[in-house]
Amino acid sequence: MYAYDEIDRTLVNERVSEFRDQVKRRLSGELTEDEFKILRLQNGVYLQLHAYMFRVAIPYGTLASNQLRALAHVARKYDRGYGHFTTRQNIQFNWIKLAELPDALADLAEVGIHAMQTSGNNMRNVTSDQWTGVAPGEIEDPRIWSELIRQHTTLHPEFSFLPRKFKIAITASDHDRAAIKIHDIGLKLIKNEKGETGFEVLVGGGLGRTPFIGKTIKHFVHGRDILSYIEAILRVYNQYGRRDNIYKARIKILVHELGIEKFSREVEDEWQHIRNSSLQIDDEVIEDIRSRFTYPAYEKLPHMPDELRQAAADPGFEAWRKNSVAPHKVQGYSIVTVSLKPIGAPPGDATAEQMDALADLADKYSFGEIRVGHEQNLALPHVAKRDLPALWKALNRLGLATPNVNLITDIIACPGLDYCSLANARSIPIAQELTRRFSNHELANLIGRLHINISGCINACGHHHVGHIGILGVEKNGEEVYQITIGGRADESAALGNLIGPGVKFDEVADVIEDVVEAYLALRERPEELFIDTVKRLGVEPFKERVYATR
Amino acid sequence: MTSPLEQKKIKIAGPSVVTANRTWDGIVVYRTAANGWSAELSEAAIVRNSDEAKALLAESVADDVGAIGPYIAPVRIGEDGKVQPGNLREQIRRTGVTIGSPVQV
Amino acid sequence: MPLVNGGKIADDSFVKLAVDTPLPEGGDILVPAERFLGDADALLKRGGKVGVIWPNNRDIAELVPYLGRIAAVALVFPTFRDGRAYSQARLLRERYDYRGELRATGQVLRDQFVFMLRAGFDCFEVKKQADAEAFMQTAKRYSVFYQPTGDGRITALHRRMQLRHSEGVGT
Repeated sequence: MYAYDEIDRTLVNERVSEFRDQVKRRLSGELTEDEFKILRLQNGVYLQLHAYMFRVAIPYGTLASNQLRALAHVARKYDRGYGHFTTRQNIQFNWIKLAELPDALADLAEVGIHAMQTSGNNMRNVTSDQWTGVAPGEIEDPRIWSELIRQHTTLHPEFSFLPRKFKIAITASDHDRAAIKIHDIGLKLIKNEKGETGFEVLVGGGLGRTPFIGKTIKHFVHGRDILSYIEAILRVYNQYGRRDNIYKARIKILVHELGIEKFSREVEDEWQHIRNSSLQIDDEVIEDIRSRFTYPAYEKLPHMPDELRQAAADPGFEAWRKNSVAPHKVQGYSIVTVSLKPIGAPPGDATAEQMDALADLADKYSFGEIRVGHEQNLALPHVAKRDLPALWKALNRLGLATPNVNLITDIIACPGLDYCSLANARSIPIAQELTRRFSNHELANLIGRLHINISGCINACGHHHVGHIGILGVEKNGEEVYQITIGGRADESAALGNLIGPGVKFDEVADVIEDVVEAYLALRERPEELFIDTVKRLGVEPFKERVYATR
Repeated sequence: MTSPLEQKKIKIAGPSVVTANRTWDGIVVYRTAANGWSAELSEAAIVRNSDEAKALLAESVADDVGAIGPYIAPVRIGEDGKVQPGNLREQIRRTGVTIGSPVQV
Repeated sequence: MPLVNGGKIADDSFVKLAVDTPLPEGGDILVPAERFLGDADALLKRGGKVGVIWPNNRDIAELVPYLGRIAAVALVFPTFRDGRAYSQARLLRERYDYRGELRATGQVLRDQFVFMLRAGFDCFEVKKQADAEAFMQTAKRYSVFYQPTGDGRITALHRRMQLRHSEGVGT
């Protein structure tokens, strides 16, 4: 975990007092809503259907137990007792009162949490792989770089009024859990032939109305140059990004309109001016940041402790272990994914009680650390294997041990029309119904890895384009209609899904998805061939034929 | 289900109200005939043609400190005279999420 | 519209000319970019200071040949959401070493002051009187800055280095 020092704390407190002043001026009428809107957005405050919504950043998905307790406290004291974890390592509260927001922010500031730039046309929360620092085979812990970039992009004087929002994601593993290819800038940490740390830089990915997979703009940018390179990209974007049309304002459109070659030349020209400036990061600075990350004091533990051997007789435990427990880089430890997708519940929601209890479990079993993934699940990153049976029992009691990670009921969904003022159709009830249809764990296991992503409008917060099965809700003649795509993926082989046929009504979505899954089970070559691979091998047509033949 | 952001032209097809969110706490409110806001749809001023709608919206927009994001929303008026939201979006704003208890433990 | 210059509310010595306003005999003038570039030598020869109003969608590099001879550059914020002039300001200060008056015009509101100061602006046509009066107080709102810019404020990274070195003494 990164520990704030006095400098970081001062900045967050200064931001809170600035926002307190802004809210005061707004409530007195000194600021109009038109003037205030951008100020509240810069602090993560949206207006949704029912109330203000408050989005809090969880930088690169790392939380300390006391921070999770503070989030629970906000849910309880200022909201309705629960929060919603998003696809970008944020948490949202749905019913917050504007007049109380400064107090909520002040409470969060005490544990080093803020809501800066979780909305608005600026640089958003820097996201990363939720397994950073613990995943076997990771090249290097990218959190040091994530933190450097977080600091550099916080209250940036030049880039706080960009043409549109701007998102950066970082990974240091071959398997991309951070979805870097659908970000404005994606960074893949690599080593060059000299063994020096740097990044492959991708640019122009994004979903929404016009989805693009990011393109590599530079194969290797040395770590010491990464801030100047990002700054060069942002400066080009700030000056040339379109401001005449909100739907064409993201950097992906600029990259697309200029072409990646011309865009990269512009960036290169700019970068040559600034790369040898004070933006260059020397080793001492990196070491300083690194020194403020605390690493657990792991014990020397056996690979297969007795506790684990004994618990293997319990089928409930075994089902969970096989599904939700992943290898850790340190022998005797595991990474445990905590499913926030219980059958029949809204994806990604957690109650204050669950958050508090999980914070306690993190203290007991995971060196006080919790992670948040873009799949809207949580993780305990350092669990000793001997503790797995006890942890499972505790999670089970909390409703946090559904063994469905990466399975068909591990659905990513945006809040949709139940909460969101932009939505055209509901997302959560679709997810709820699907989890009920596939609630049988054996069936879900038989189907295997399958990601369903649901968005309630074209803005694609549920990342439907990159779901193995994507569901997009639209409105047609006052009714909710859902378009279904297959073949998308968000990982290192990121791809956009293809439509399988005409849109279907709210009540028909689950039936159609069942048919898609049946088609897959019939079409797959062997049980190990994943849904996504069958679609890749056969294309959309055979699915379309089977699903729409009787419709 | 049209987003208020897209609701530029004012043309109404039937009885409508002006709705918004109260500035200090964000709750859903409706413009009343007495130039104020109410959390009760039954207290909303009903407009029946574009001119009335325009006028009610204009006075609502002017009360920026009271409520934000005002827009015109359709309503249905039952035979008993009871006012109901005119579409799913407004129904959800009036009665809350359709997903049952938000979190099931 | 009140003008804040050097941190204080001040009188504006400049008169803004439109593209076709007759040229006044004397006095300080702010001239639109187009007019300035079309007639730079004549304008610069007359008595009185000359400043240029530079739109935010025109390459600021075009102004570089004149920077030593003009007294002010006025950059434009057509709305406070449009941040292009922040880049132009930093380029003027940090790349082209411009030292004259750098003025923010258009939708200049209190909550942008700190960003503008950091980008190199030193003169502000403030939209609201109350904001102008709150300038000094607002400018001091932050004491911690994460990014190096041309304004010379020490960044958090460097302050930490200093702290490390001072703590290191004697250990």
